[in-house]
Amino acid sequence: MDTALTLNHFLFVSGVLFAIGLAGVLIRRNLIVIFMCLELMLAAANLTLVAFSRFNVQDGQPAYEGHVLLFFIITVAAAEVAVGLAIIVALFRSRETTDVTKINSMKF
Amino acid sequence: MTFLFYIFAALALVGGIGVVVNKNPVSSAFAMIVSFLGLAALFIQLDAYLVGILQILVYAGAIMVLFLFIIMLLDVEVEEKRAHPFIASLGAAGIAGGVTLLVITVLKRSGIGDASFPKLSPVEGSGNTDVHRIGELLFGQYWFPVLIVAVLLLVATVGAVVLSKKQLR
Repeated sequence: MDTALTLNHFLFVSGVLFAIGLAGVLIRRNLIVIFMCLELMLAAANLTLVAFSRFNVQDGQPAYEGHVLLFFIITVAAAEVAVGLAIIVALFRSRETTDVTKINSMKF
Repeated sequence: MTFLFYIFAALALVGGIGVVVNKNPVSSAFAMIVSFLGLAALFIQLDAYLVGILQILVYAGAIMVLFLFIIMLLDVEVEEKRAHPFIASLGAAGIAGGVTLLVITVLKRSGIGDASFPKLSPVEGSGNTDVHRIGELLFGQYWFPVLIVAVLLLVATVGAVVLSKKQLR
């Protein structure tokens, strides 16, 4: 670990990656790509967690609580992807599209 | 070491931009894998070896394969013409730029991140790897959240199976 790197470097990358994901959710129309951008935002938050965990050294060791929280985030994200993609498949079966601008009525 | 950080940070950010910019969902998925590889390298640079490997195995491996599988199953069409006017995309890009400016302002004002990372003093002997420590925390102090997550995974599996059935009632 190089000492020339500051916490700001990592926080900045994380913030910009989050903003890119947010822009993707707002701009894109394909449901699957919107879902991928959501995953990108989750991963960006993970980088913040790890950076702060490494920054907060206790007894010469990083604060591993951040890693534990990240473990839970990855698990929840995996469960979310499984259910979300199943919902997208079910939606595609009834509407024949994944374009969010064409899915605009509650009942079909 | 510092230039490695810039290389992998650029990899993560360029991959992220590729996800948003690419019109073809398959290209988006591959750009996403590039972004996750860059992120995993950043994790490893932060001495988080287990998390970096998990990022590659779970995200770049399992989750992105699931995405690609669904894209091919649904035979998703390429977004050809834009439905929104150009000004709407510009507004969304403006919101993202605003978030970036907000991050920069907060980092500058608070000054919390100006310090460099403190040195680690690794303890001699086995049982002091990060895998060992995280395992101790997961199965010691945080045993109950692990149980809840196990139930969550079961619910997600059952939910995915129920949702993919032909007849939804």
